[in-house]
Amino acid sequence: MVLFENVGVRYGGGPEIIQGATFTLAPGSFHFLVGPSGAGKSSLLRLMYLSLRPSIGRVNLFGRDIDGLHRRDVPLLRRRIGVVFQDFRLLVHLSALDNVALPLRIAGVRESEIRDHVTELLKWVGLADHVNAFPATLSGGQQQRVAIARAVIARPSLLLADEPTGNVDDSIGVRLMYLFEELNKMGTTVVIATHNERLVGRFNHRQLRVESGTVKLVAARPEAA
Amino acid sequence: MRWLRSDLPLAGDASGRFLPWIIGCMVYLAALALAGTMAADRLAQRWHNELAGTFSIQIPAGSPAATGDRAGLVDGVVDLLMNTSGVASARVVDDAEKARLLEPWLGPGGLPEGVRLPDLIVVQLTPGAPVVIKDLRARIAAVAPDATIEDHAQWQGDMLAFARSIKLLACIIIGLITAAAVTTVIFVTRTGLSIHRRVIEIVHLVGARDSYIARQFLMHALRLGLLAGLTLMGLDRVLAQAQTSLLPSLSLDANQWLALAMVPLAVSAVAMVTAHLTVLLVLGRGL
Repeated sequence: MVLFENVGVRYGGGPEIIQGATFTLAPGSFHFLVGPSGAGKSSLLRLMYLSLRPSIGRVNLFGRDIDGLHRRDVPLLRRRIGVVFQDFRLLVHLSALDNVALPLRIAGVRESEIRDHVTELLKWVGLADHVNAFPATLSGGQQQRVAIARAVIARPSLLLADEPTGNVDDSIGVRLMYLFEELNKMGTTVVIATHNERLVGRFNHRQLRVESGTVKLVAARPEAA
Repeated sequence: MRWLRSDLPLAGDASGRFLPWIIGCMVYLAALALAGTMAADRLAQRWHNELAGTFSIQIPAGSPAATGDRAGLVDGVVDLLMNTSGVASARVVDDAEKARLLEPWLGPGGLPEGVRLPDLIVVQLTPGAPVVIKDLRARIAAVAPDATIEDHAQWQGDMLAFARSIKLLACIIIGLITAAAVTTVIFVTRTGLSIHRRVIEIVHLVGARDSYIARQFLMHALRLGLLAGLTLMGLDRVLAQAQTSLLPSLSLDANQWLALAMVPLAVSAVAMVTAHLTVLLVLGRGL
């Protein structure tokens, strides 16, 4: 699903902020991406959602090396990836419904199918009363849930989330984690970047630990007997 | 409906706010140029139709051949004409008609005493019959050496050259208008891409192709183009109520009016294609 081989990332002529990253994320796996601020978690995610190319090394997504990828092939790969951005990146001129519907419309899903599907998901993330609300009228937590709904609406093969529970209270955070686990059970590969140690402790999954530019894969704790 | 919806907030752009008016002016100028060329074409055709199939023969009053039996000479030319294949009629213009023709210059008193006018014969040809003027001129010269034939070729040539000049000028004007419209749409589209850079990036990140974004600009350009055309037509109708019009009073046939009505659509099509190609080009290079 995701393969990194000796991947290095540098911005401009600066130092390498990620060095020799080598790991594989198997289809259907669930990983937390953890590490201190500035360690390169967001850069790793950007590599995975094709917003950044490695300075060195090989990144392979869904069996395709991104290095030789043609511009016209990028959208098709991105449609298989759902991304929850730390700053939400909602379109402020569109309602919650239209923001969430965007990936479906882009993928060419029929309009008659979109509304029910989107409304149901917004209801699931606790925004049933805000279907037609614009982002500016929503709280940070509500915006984050719209962003999550947009990321998962098209049932992506790979879900990447950057601090998805950063702006919601614990009960909503746990509920969202259950949503991610549900998607994972249906076959979606999930990577969640987070600082929330309590969340990482509560949900026992493998970790990609980024420290001083290196990436280490840490296995999940063994289940208690 | 999918084609009509927009995920980019293009309608609120300040740069696009004046585009309908700019395109409206261009539609008006293009319609004016097209109407001009069609009117010139029609006028030239009418002149041609009125003059085609007729010519006149003039025998000067002082012609040595006419000093003797003047009437006999004219009759001889008429007989020759009537025996010529393709000639439908040959009519001698009498003195009263000549005086009437000269009335605007000489007044109603008729010709001054002693003034002699040339003899005129008006010849009508059978429609479609081939008559070689050059051969006829030689045969008439054998009967009346000083006679001249006026087949309007020179005048018609000048008129056609004039009509062609008008058409060429109109084509140049339409070309310049198209170039100006294309340049304006490119500028507005590039500005739109720049303004909505962040939104376009997000739409790209959720899987949109460049063509999806280009289609939104294309539909925006279509809306603006049609709005401009409809505004112009509406304004023309309002002015028509006030006994005037944006377009001059023209005698055009149904096809030509249809061609004029197509101008806003043609300008909209140019705007659409330009916007679409501009977006693909800019995004392809990297926004």
